[in-house]
Amino acid sequence: MSKKLLLKDAHVEGIRTFEVYRKQGGYEAVEKAFKMTPDEITEEVKTSGLRGRGGAGFPTGMKWSFLAKPEGVPRYLVVNADESEPGTFKDRYLMEHIPHLLIEGMIISAFALGAHTGYIYIRGEFAWIPDILEQAIEEAKAAGFLGKNVLGTGFDLEIYVHRGAGAYICGEETALLESLEGKRGNPRLKPPFPAVKGLWESPTVVNNVETIAAVVPIINITGAEYAKIGVGRSTGTKLISACGNINKPGVYEIDMTITVEEFIYSDEYCGGIPNGKRLKACIPGGSSVPIVPANLLLKTINGEPRYMNYESLSDGGFATGTMMGSGGFIVLDEDQSVVKHTMTLAHFYAHESCGQCTPCREGTPWLYKILKKIHSGQGTLNDIDLLWDVQRKIEGNTICPLGDAAAWPVAAAIRHFRDEFEWYIDNPESQTRNYGLAHYADPIPVPAKAE
Amino acid sequence: MSETIAFKPETLTQVHKITARYPAERKKSALIPVLHLAQKEFGGWLQVPVMDYVAELLEITPIEVYEVATFYSMFNMKPVGKYVLEVCQTGPCMLKGSDEIIQYIKEKLNINAGETSADGLFTLKTVECLGACGYAPMMQLGKFYHEHLTKEKVDEILELCRQGTLALD
Ligand SMILES: Cc1cc2nc3c(=O)[nH]c(=O)nc-3n(C[C@H](O)[C@H](O)[C@H](O)COP(=O)(O)O)c2cc1C
Ligand code: SF4
Ligand code: FES
Repeated sequence: MSKKLLLKDAHVEGIRTFEVYRKQGGYEAVEKAFKMTPDEITEEVKTSGLRGRGGAGFPTGMKWSFLAKPEGVPRYLVVNADESEPGTFKDRYLMEHIPHLLIEGMIISAFALGAHTGYIYIRGEFAWIPDILEQAIEEAKAAGFLGKNVLGTGFDLEIYVHRGAGAYICGEETALLESLEGKRGNPRLKPPFPAVKGLWESPTVVNNVETIAAVVPIINITGAEYAKIGVGRSTGTKLISACGNINKPGVYEIDMTITVEEFIYSDEYCGGIPNGKRLKACIPGGSSVPIVPANLLLKTINGEPRYMNYESLSDGGFATGTMMGSGGFIVLDEDQSVVKHTMTLAHFYAHESCGQCTPCREGTPWLYKILKKIHSGQGTLNDIDLLWDVQRKIEGNTICPLGDAAAWPVAAAIRHFRDEFEWYIDNPESQTRNYGLAHYADPIPVPAKAE
Repeated sequence: MSETIAFKPETLTQVHKITARYPAERKKSALIPVLHLAQKEFGGWLQVPVMDYVAELLEITPIEVYEVATFYSMFNMKPVGKYVLEVCQTGPCMLKGSDEIIQYIKEKLNINAGETSADGLFTLKTVECLGACGYAPMMQLGKFYHEHLTKEKVDEILELCRQGTLALD
């Protein structure tokens, strides 16, 4: 079922403006939050079960409670709007359509954390969005919700938008902080964690755009009510950006109780696969999470339906499952080549490696080159083993998780589609036909359309 | 050389607005936003004298500017055409035919990725995921995205560029 907390007003005419947003009940959560203590707000977020929406799924309330609070040292709230994970475009949607939701969430979060300055670090290519956000900030300020002495409470808060300049790695929180300090985006060694030493060595909370936006409904309906939505530890709603071979690509807000099958085939969401094609594979959580073939996507290895939530998507671990990640849902139909798709992702990670760690700097271009060799019909069976070997040597041996993110897609592609790799090697002359697909697609029925 | 390079007064006002976002002793934080301004004002790429000028403005050493400018893909380290077509080639766009779009542009402009057309008007750059995967294939041109690209749409865009009527910012 679709349950809308974040996008409920996204289609209201003029919702970008303070006036309309306010009329729809906007900024009431701020008023409510100012009647609470900062600790009560953090408790509320803990109760809600909200998990970070940037990809890692770390409990937000817990992250907030780790923030160091030494006397006389400023604290910072930094919103991660770098959104560069292939397949992911949900934060952009939020910022473009309902910018005030992010600003409202930031005011509440900053108050809870005792931060008087907040930065929105946005990827440089989203060059038109800072104007939208700055307009929203201006309006909120004019209405007394930002600036000195917010709503007469004595609390001061300034929010600034900071543009990056094209570097996926700046989505990693410590690289982001380096970049915000005017440096190259080289991830830092942890510990110390940003909660202790973050921006300019001060305690800092870094949260994803969607995470901060979700604080608004949590305060509005209470953490306990929020926790009732969804299932298990997948509470609340999640934005999914769906793309690839589907009829209705776009951003959807789901409560995490629907099945993957419903998400792909029902008209409420992706609307099925165009031209009557069959589903081949899917990367459900952004390019870094393992690709799974259709049969393992729709059902777990035990034959249970797979659901669109953290636990169900990762059921079976990496052997037969995948991850929720950032919610970047990439669908491949039967005509697509997994080898080629994986090759473009390998190119992406090679391009985006910051170069600090040898396994990542040297290994990622190597993965790309082997994949290119196989894809162009020049590969040998040994290359598949080499590919496996190289990704294994990157995984776990680097400063930041980009190394793992580069290794996992390759590992999963080999794990589930080894036959396709072999097909490329055995059929060097015809690279554009069926990629040995029959092997994978035959057991997969085309599900009946949900009414 | 830096005496010949200076921001327009209104850009300088913007620079001051930007530096005011950070604590006084953290002026360096303004570097990336100021480099964006510099690239825009001084011909679409960052020449060494321009970077030296930015270093002076922000009271940091030139090397601190060079190492940042060369790290981020949006900063051009060599001259580019008036219109830089940045076409995404990552997986999700590839699924929707970005290869053909890139090939089409190459043929139309008679250039490869990374090159500038003979008339100096167009540069083709292939780029990685721009966060528009659901609206693929797509490209960035100046400040804006052009999505759901088809060959016809590419023709239209190139034509608007030639007429000088395509909005870049
Ligand atoms: C290579 C890499 C890229 C990342 N990119 C993003 C990103 O674009 N946006 C984001 O919110 N988090 C990204 N993350 C996760 C952040 O490091 C961090 O976990 C997140 O911003 C925390 O916010 P959350 O707890 O609200 O999810 C990335 C992590 C890695 C390792
Ligand atoms: S894993 Fe890669 S991106 Fe991360 S710090 Fe090491 S070299 Fe840089
Ligand atoms: S893959 Fe092209 S915009 Fe994401």
